[in-house]
Amino acid sequence: MASSPQKLKSYSKEDRIRSLLGQYGIGLVLVIMMIVIAIMEPRFLTLGNIINVATQISINGLLCYGLCLCITTGGIDLTVGAQLALTSCIIGQTMTNMGWPAFMAILAGVGVATLFGFIDGVLIAKFNMFPFVVTLSMQLVIRGLSQVITGGRAVMLTNAWFTGIYSNKLFGIPMPIIIFIVVTIIMYLMLHWTKFGRYIFAVGGNVNAAIASGVSRFWVIVGVYTISGVLAGLASMIYTSKTGSAQSNIGVGYETDAIAAAVLGGTSFAGGIATIPGCVLGIFIIGLIYNGMNMIGVSSYYQSIVKGLIIIGAVMLDMVMNRNKH
Amino acid sequence: MAENYILECKGISKAFGGTQALKDVQLQVRPGEVHALLGENGAGKSTLMKIVIGLYHQDSGSMVFDGKPYQAKGPVDAIKSGISMIHQELNPEPHLTIADSIFLKREDTNGIFLNKRRQNERTQKILDDFGFPYPATTLIRELKLADVQMVEIIRAVSTNAKMIIMDEPTSSLDEQETQHLFRVIRDLKAKGVAIIYISHRMAEIYEICDTVSVFRDGQYIATAPLKEVTNDDLIAMMVGRRVENLFPKVDCPIGDVVFKAEHLTGTGFEDINFEVHAGEILGLSGLVGSGRSETMRAIFGIDSYTSGKMYLNGKEFTRKNASDSIRQGVCMVNEDRKNFGLCLYRSIRENTSLPSLPERQRGLLLNQAREKKEVEEVSNTLLLKAASIEHNAYSLSGGNQQKVVIAKWIMASPKLLIMDEPTRGVDVGAKAEIYTLMCKFAAQGMAIIMVSSELPEVMGMSDRVLVYHEGHISGEFYRKDIVSGEVTQEVILSAAFGVS
Repeated sequence: MASSPQKLKSYSKEDRIRSLLGQYGIGLVLVIMMIVIAIMEPRFLTLGNIINVATQISINGLLCYGLCLCITTGGIDLTVGAQLALTSCIIGQTMTNMGWPAFMAILAGVGVATLFGFIDGVLIAKFNMFPFVVTLSMQLVIRGLSQVITGGRAVMLTNAWFTGIYSNKLFGIPMPIIIFIVVTIIMYLMLHWTKFGRYIFAVGGNVNAAIASGVSRFWVIVGVYTISGVLAGLASMIYTSKTGSAQSNIGVGYETDAIAAAVLGGTSFAGGIATIPGCVLGIFIIGLIYNGMNMIGVSSYYQSIVKGLIIIGAVMLDMVMNRNKH
Repeated sequence: MAENYILECKGISKAFGGTQALKDVQLQVRPGEVHALLGENGAGKSTLMKIVIGLYHQDSGSMVFDGKPYQAKGPVDAIKSGISMIHQELNPEPHLTIADSIFLKREDTNGIFLNKRRQNERTQKILDDFGFPYPATTLIRELKLADVQMVEIIRAVSTNAKMIIMDEPTSSLDEQETQHLFRVIRDLKAKGVAIIYISHRMAEIYEICDTVSVFRDGQYIATAPLKEVTNDDLIAMMVGRRVENLFPKVDCPIGDVVFKAEHLTGTGFEDINFEVHAGEILGLSGLVGSGRSETMRAIFGIDSYTSGKMYLNGKEFTRKNASDSIRQGVCMVNEDRKNFGLCLYRSIRENTSLPSLPERQRGLLLNQAREKKEVEEVSNTLLLKAASIEHNAYSLSGGNQQKVVIAKWIMASPKLLIMDEPTRGVDVGAKAEIYTLMCKFAAQGMAIIMVSSELPEVMGMSDRVLVYHEGHISGEFYRKDIVSGEVTQEVILSAAFGVS
């Protein structure tokens, strides 16, 4: 009993400031980046460019949410890049070569991505295989499958309704942004306002305690990988609509940006810690690194270096701010 | 008379944080004797042995080994001096060969490279001397547990150990293997090697040991030749007289049977029969590993059982997993708070409501306002000291963390609440509060099973006590007999040690 008041005292003003910075430090990084880029290139802050950025980030954004969930349970999903290719190839093949209606083709593409997510989840949860190993291998399977489906050739997509998914606007807002916003809201509610979200945190935070509290580890793990599959499928739909062609070599390395955004957004690799608003910030930072540096004329070689350094810096900032936790 | 001792420890004290694990302890071991260390869990035996082999350093006190002042910097140092320890949980590298294992940390080399052939030959000779029927190149993982233990002993002997410490060496051996071990021990004794033998099995101690030293609550009690002491003497020494009166047990009316186990059998327990009533606190006593926690884990559904039946409120109770049990009103406070109790980096609110989230749904979403209100209510009932229920469980003291664990099960409104070591790692003040709460829950008609290694706690809080010994229930005692003094700590401890 005697020790309790001391424990409370540790929540001093300094700690509160640090905890605030820890929570919103990434937002600060984002604001500083925007200011620096805007000073160097005023066109950056025009509405047109901001809509442009938002449209571009929608693909990485959807992938990032899937990664965020998997990482929060203590895992990882390396298949998302390959899933992008597979869904794209299925959409192309069924729509252009088999004459399916666009909606059915999308359903088939996203459905297969979902199925692969489910399989990943079952392998991890049921057989206790390492998520890294499972998804690294499945990535090869999925990529190979997409090459088999298209015979390695690009399939053109001319369906106007389908290509409209990327280019159409609703109330002046491009469809990808609308999809991204809707998914963001759903993900936010799911992670922070449902039983399932709590179970994700519990399984990632302490799997034994979660099981002892009646949480089904199996369904939580299968659930997050399946959701990651759905989101990769949707991201592929946007991507394929944007390029107007289905190819088996797209999406290589996309998991890197998605992981980076999740980590920047405060998703902890130790598991059990993540927020969707944090991920949104991470997604925007990654998007701005590309867009901003393109605008101020930094070559893509340097962009990669800067991206890497910013991620390390941001994670280090997070460690310092939240050092009580680790 | 100046006695000839191989090991002499004098005035050893050791504290961990605020807990005094050893207080001015002594121990004298003669060469060529088998010296038993006896005491309840937490009496200080293991701590003292860890100091001897250099895993811990004493705060004060000194040791003399083989006539010279002795202080090991670590186990390797101790082995060099001639002291080896065979741990309760053996952890040799499974992928090593017997030869590698025996020569671990003192490999036979030509300068840089291992001389495998010579090492194998030397090992084979040692194994043959021992009559150990395996080639030196056998992998450890291919051996039976008893043989792995034998390899450890052979390693100890091959380092020319003058003293070998064995911590519960027979805990995983069958009768035949135990007898083989005893033959080896007698051989070692004949060669003048001293053995320190830690065990809870009285019969074994009488069979193989010459001398016994008893410890209690971190203090040295006495040393005596085993020929001169009886079972009862030893039990009395282990118990002593402890005056503690922090048990605010309130008697409340005991109602109908809530839970009943019939012939429950599983790993670590066999043919367990008991029932527990509404409003009753049933204490489970016994040594660690005697099957108490194992039974409880099987009832709750973290582990499984092989046969037997359970009944809850008169109906047969079956469960697929913990979630199933919780839904039916059977909850369990796990003894291991860090690993099975809390997600330390999530908030008190999330931790508390985790098992009862299904009841807090409103449509698809959680009713977080109600959740917050209910967690605050239960936290207040439990006198939880936290600035806010939004803080991480990590920021709380041990006692308050334990209250969060209890709170989460109270939120799930159990019919049967199993509490495994409910006050472990909790300070005295919080302990008393937890006891008061237990009485309160019992008064509300909950049935409570309390597993505890602390005898005073079991005796102070239980309406009825069941004692476990090696997977069986070896005694049942009632509160009235405990209060009247008819059933003493000695009686309960005798049952726990299987002494009739």
